[in-house]
Amino acid sequence: MSAESVGQRLLAREEFAVVASLVAMAVVAGAFIFGVFPTVYDTFWGAACTTVDTWLVCSGFLQRGFTAGILIGITAPVVGAYLVNRQMALIGEALAHTAFGGVAIGLFVGATVPRFDYPLAFALVVATIAALAMQYVAVKTDGYADIPIAIMLTGGFALGIAVISYGVTFHATVESYLFGDILFVPFENVQLMVGLTLLVVGTIALTHKQLLFITFDREAARLARINVPFYDTLLIVLTALVVVAAMQILGAILVAGMLVIPVAAAMQLTDSFNRGLLLSVLLGQIAVFGGIFLSYWGDIATGAMIILVAIVFYLLALVVSFLLGR
Amino acid sequence: MTTAIALEDVNFSYDHRPAIKDVSLSVDEGEFLGLIGPNGSGKTTLLKIMLGLRTPDTGTVELFGTPASKFDDGARLGYVSQQSSEADSMMPVTVREVVEMGRYPHAGLRRLSADDHEIIDDSLARVDIDHLAGRRISQLSGGQKQRAYIARALASEADLLALDEPTVGVDAASVDRFYDLLDDLNGSGITIVLIEHDIGVVAEHADTMACLDCELYEHCETERFLESGVLERVYSSARVVSSAGAVAGD
Repeated sequence: MSAESVGQRLLAREEFAVVASLVAMAVVAGAFIFGVFPTVYDTFWGAACTTVDTWLVCSGFLQRGFTAGILIGITAPVVGAYLVNRQMALIGEALAHTAFGGVAIGLFVGATVPRFDYPLAFALVVATIAALAMQYVAVKTDGYADIPIAIMLTGGFALGIAVISYGVTFHATVESYLFGDILFVPFENVQLMVGLTLLVVGTIALTHKQLLFITFDREAARLARINVPFYDTLLIVLTALVVVAAMQILGAILVAGMLVIPVAAAMQLTDSFNRGLLLSVLLGQIAVFGGIFLSYWGDIATGAMIILVAIVFYLLALVVSFLLGR
Repeated sequence: MTTAIALEDVNFSYDHRPAIKDVSLSVDEGEFLGLIGPNGSGKTTLLKIMLGLRTPDTGTVELFGTPASKFDDGARLGYVSQQSSEADSMMPVTVREVVEMGRYPHAGLRRLSADDHEIIDDSLARVDIDHLAGRRISQLSGGQKQRAYIARALASEADLLALDEPTVGVDAASVDRFYDLLDDLNGSGITIVLIEHDIGVVAEHADTMACLDCELYEHCETERFLESGVLERVYSSARVVSSAGAVAGD
């Protein structure tokens, strides 16, 4: 085969197109969050603050918190819909714990070299590596699927605790990544989350069909010559991105809830996967807004309230589905 | 006539236990092959090798003249497995969404077009489940579910349909209708490979039959096959007492 036809074959391949689009989307998202987003953000919240003049929309802390929450309420249920239906609900939890290990390393490095004081970037790298490693282990070994998850979950957390206990770190900082803290979202983290959201939503929009096919029927997807390991890897990497984005609001410990609970509730209410996907985003938004308001009203931790509201809606969905006789 | 599937000296083993031994077999386009054999005789394994889902240890497999490992036109292959897929017991996915998957290999990364949706509608209508399109697939009866998977293969415009004991757990009336549908599809030119434990049903519908028990015993026209005595030879061996009972009952 000549070099030219090898090149053509490569270009014609769907996987290549997906990776190329991912890179292109990352570049566009990067340009957007640094070039356009700060203006859009200021204009939007400025207008919101002049229209409804309350502390809830005029405080810079809450503006950043709301923005971050809305973004999580979109990305987490979207990625969660595939994970839950592949019985991989806990993979988000495992990745969040390894991401916490990454945050610990980031805090440690940042304390030594202030120029690298950006823990979430470390979390992103560590969680992505962990995601790829988990995928590799799952393919190469034929043990039970939850074993690598349990090892990664405890291993990542152990790494985090070890690094933190070795270095000198403020407890408040560590706690904000463990339990989430809506008042502790710096603007550059909002920017990062906007970028990650664009990347995740864009990739899902592009590859929804393939991801749904491998979720529903792997054998048939292989038969249709869909590259199943490639899309497995893509999904798990997207999960890592979402988890890192969600960690600041929900904390490493509660992240999985947002991936799972809105999806579980939506599954009770619809027979269609596509409608379920939209419904779980809607329920995610309700949980985020409800959680933030209740947390403000009762002075309770925000991440915890978001998850509790989500669970209340899950229970309501169970009741509704029972009453409808499904 | 061209060849849909060609196997040459295929061997396959699980952990050094041979499951398929020196099987050579070719299926013409438009043929309706009934593949029978005792439990554990390697039928499902052979079917998966034919479709390129498993790679044989030795030997060659060709699909429509291309080595199965390099065959990339997934749209031409349809597969209805014995127990429907793992996730569908719970997963919220409608019959229509399942049939839409048949168009995925055609669509690649683009959105499904109006043409795609028309083909999906036609496929649902052809297997008589258009009234169930909005139902969750897990709420369907066994027979309806298998029809949905056939519709997915039709939507894919598959010209080779492989079925692995598709009527296990399906009520008798639906089984008859199901086989009439297969005859109809075969009549329109679709090649069919069917694994079925009910030899009577296979004999009634298939053009050719093959009997497998690790090795391939015979592959020829149905009538000659039934007279060849291979059934008695294979099914009378001591390790398949239970299957032999079923055969005697037919």
